[in-house]
Amino acid sequence: MHAVRMPTRGTATAWRNAARDLARAGVPPEEVDWLYGDTEAGLFAAPALPDLPRTAPLTVPRDFVPLSETVAWHSAPDRFARLYAMLWRLRDAPGLIHDRADPDLAHLRRLEKSVRRDLHKMHAFVRFREIGDPHAPRRRFAAWFEPDHHITEPVAPFFARRFGDMDWIIVTPDLTARFDDGEISFEPGGTKPPLPEDATEELWGTYFRSIFNPARLKVRAMTSEMPRKYWKNLPEAGLIPDMIASAQARSDAMRAAAPTPAPKRAARVLERLHTPRVSPPMTLSFDDLRRKAEEDSRTAREGYGRIVLGEGPPDAALMIVGEQPGDVEDREGRPFVGPAGQVFDREAALAGIDRGAAYVTNAVKQFKFSLRGKRRIHQSPGKGDIEHARWWLDREVELIRPRLILAMGGTAAETLTGTRAGILKRRGRIEETGVGPVFLTVHPSYILRLPDAAAQEAETETFRADLAAAQAHLEELLAA
Amino acid sequence: MTSLSLDRKLAILSDAAKYDASCASSGTSRRDSRGGKSLGSTEGSGICHAYAPDGRCISLLKILLTNFCIYDCAYCVNRVSSNVERARFSVEEVVSLTLEFYRRNYIEGLFLSSGIIRSPAATMEEMVRIARTLREVHHFRGYIHLKTIPDADPRLIAEAGRHADRLSINVELPTDTSVRAFAPEKDPETIRGAMGRVHEARTATKDRSHTGRRPPRFAPAGQSTQMIVGADGSNDAAILGQSNRLYAGYGLKRVYYSAFSPIPDATAKLPLIRPPLEREHRLYQADWLMRFYGFDVDEITAATPDGNLDLTIDPKLAWALAHREHFPVDANRATREMLLRVPGFGTKTVGRILSSRRHRTLGFEDLTRLGALMKKARPFVTARGWSPGGLTDSADLRARFAPPPEQLALF
Repeated sequence: MHAVRMPTRGTATAWRNAARDLARAGVPPEEVDWLYGDTEAGLFAAPALPDLPRTAPLTVPRDFVPLSETVAWHSAPDRFARLYAMLWRLRDAPGLIHDRADPDLAHLRRLEKSVRRDLHKMHAFVRFREIGDPHAPRRRFAAWFEPDHHITEPVAPFFARRFGDMDWIIVTPDLTARFDDGEISFEPGGTKPPLPEDATEELWGTYFRSIFNPARLKVRAMTSEMPRKYWKNLPEAGLIPDMIASAQARSDAMRAAAPTPAPKRAARVLERLHTPRVSPPMTLSFDDLRRKAEEDSRTAREGYGRIVLGEGPPDAALMIVGEQPGDVEDREGRPFVGPAGQVFDREAALAGIDRGAAYVTNAVKQFKFSLRGKRRIHQSPGKGDIEHARWWLDREVELIRPRLILAMGGTAAETLTGTRAGILKRRGRIEETGVGPVFLTVHPSYILRLPDAAAQEAETETFRADLAAAQAHLEELLAA
Repeated sequence: MTSLSLDRKLAILSDAAKYDASCASSGTSRRDSRGGKSLGSTEGSGICHAYAPDGRCISLLKILLTNFCIYDCAYCVNRVSSNVERARFSVEEVVSLTLEFYRRNYIEGLFLSSGIIRSPAATMEEMVRIARTLREVHHFRGYIHLKTIPDADPRLIAEAGRHADRLSINVELPTDTSVRAFAPEKDPETIRGAMGRVHEARTATKDRSHTGRRPPRFAPAGQSTQMIVGADGSNDAAILGQSNRLYAGYGLKRVYYSAFSPIPDATAKLPLIRPPLEREHRLYQADWLMRFYGFDVDEITAATPDGNLDLTIDPKLAWALAHREHFPVDANRATREMLLRVPGFGTKTVGRILSSRRHRTLGFEDLTRLGALMKKARPFVTARGWSPGGLTDSADLRARFAPPPEQLALF
């Protein structure tokens, strides 16, 4: 029989070292008697083990290490023995660590969960009071806490990471953790120390009372997360009984109160807010168009996004017409900002087109999509969509009166020239239409949809050449 | 106007902030203050430092900068036509309260919202100044959640995103018609536009430049929104449909549902009902089913003719009862997708079933040990030595789950 004594400090590491030595020496679980703390020697020194013969190196499944390092801090006296028994079984069956239905493993996982919960509650429920000069360069705080397990040591680094610019001390019955000038140290535990009154605690109480909604009393939901055993060390918990007792009456009073007349200033504020800032113009302007787009967007049909108008200077000589806004355009409310828009921007810049000087818009104004789970999948506009959108494009053409329109893709071609047939043959040329000269090319998303890189590259070249030709035409028109 | 004490202001401005349900402090970038020159840390999971008797977690100092407001939203305690007492914090007061509460381990950080004063831009400017002061003057590394004002300058929203962990804009009500009816000064289009901009800014921070440098972080914990439930006539199908569109279109982290609850000095426009807490709870369950269990909105809401969720049983159970042809499911052979549809099985349980069944054939007791709620799951699964027999198709199955009818309160 081997008696192995675990220290109260560095317990997790000590257990790992001892268990490794025992397992490598082939000592079965029933021959180990695990003891905990309590002696001077046990406090600081590693446990004295007889010289054990070392056999093959020990490998354990990766998931066992964090499990043992957590369970070692549990308060159950049999935790070391249970861990070692599990380690013993894992030597022959490392896959066991994934078998959550195994009763021994399930028990260890329960212990692990209990320690984790205790750690989490200590992160949450420690309450500091200031014990030093509030104007000192490093302020000083202290707290008293009573955890269920031996977690003061593993929890200390959390508070060190969090409160790096102040000194603190947390006293527990087991162990006292201190943080001075960036160094963690430990001292023996103690009893609840007398801490000075802290005025901020009053404010905290005020906050706790005020943030509570008496119309939604759910006491069980509170106590399941903040069990009563913690209340004695929480300054705000003393307020709870009164808050519960008065909740019903407060909530009834709110319901019973008759509506009061609004304060005088309300009418004044609202009147100012609702006064239109500009007088209505005589003819349809861009502002009107924009306002109408916003109004119509409010009654958007299912499966359609909002109305996205074009953008660009009102005196633009070039108007660029794409297909319809995509997912990104719909969210931002701007045309040509999604993936296809980025291809266009890049190629247009290379072809010498100044996007900022052009009016950029779409033939169809609303993103048409189908919902697939969380994603909105683009749907091509149909004949009805094109007809529906024609009014908008006509208004934009009237307002801009461009010298040249660049139509990209079948939908734009159909809207502006009446047909989309043979777009690949007609591209790169100008067609005369009722709205002036229209230069045809493909839509940049056509490039993105090509399957192989070589074809994409070739098409990008052609597209860029089209854009350069359009720009040349425009310059000719402007010079004429 | 007499000047109010800090305590009184805190009482007014936290009372005014409590109708915002969000208190999350999780999912942001990891930071700490080990260098000794700063204060605060965030480590992935959030921490609830206290719970109020309404069962809600208190994780952040949730306050309004001011409850003065020029808008007149019917459901809101701070609307211009309400007679509640008004107050306003200074920037320094908010900064100091946040830091002092944080140092005493009361909170994870700040959730700052505000009424609209003078103009949206001026209000947003002050809120951003608070975040900037916390970050740059006091080197605060804790969590900051800012409520953004939809009409504010994009430049301010960009700065807000640099300092804050989370940004949120409330859509307030499930349909645009309701927003126009109850919040006449708010514009649903503008709200969505602002959410779109935040989403784009967040997406942009995921791209590295050609040198491999990342752009500065932008609201690493994402954006969220809130809908008030029960103030207008929208049914649950409309609410969940709206959530689905928000999740899909704007990459939201969370949509919060807030049961409309009586407020002090309420308007006559809205019914002062008992807050529909049960309905709110069912909506959260349905929301989870959409996000983590592979359910479509239509599947969840098709169970009842009026498009509202069944209040007596949870939506997953309701779906299973309506689709018994898919059950019982064999716990030892079924796919993840199908296991996720079993009432009483959560995502963690399903993960454990999948890893454990490689080692053994699972029995009824094993499933209990893996965390399954077998009381709920038993009619819907088979396992080693367990078959529900005729239970799955029995006519009174629903009655077994529904709570017994309750006698109405006499007073």
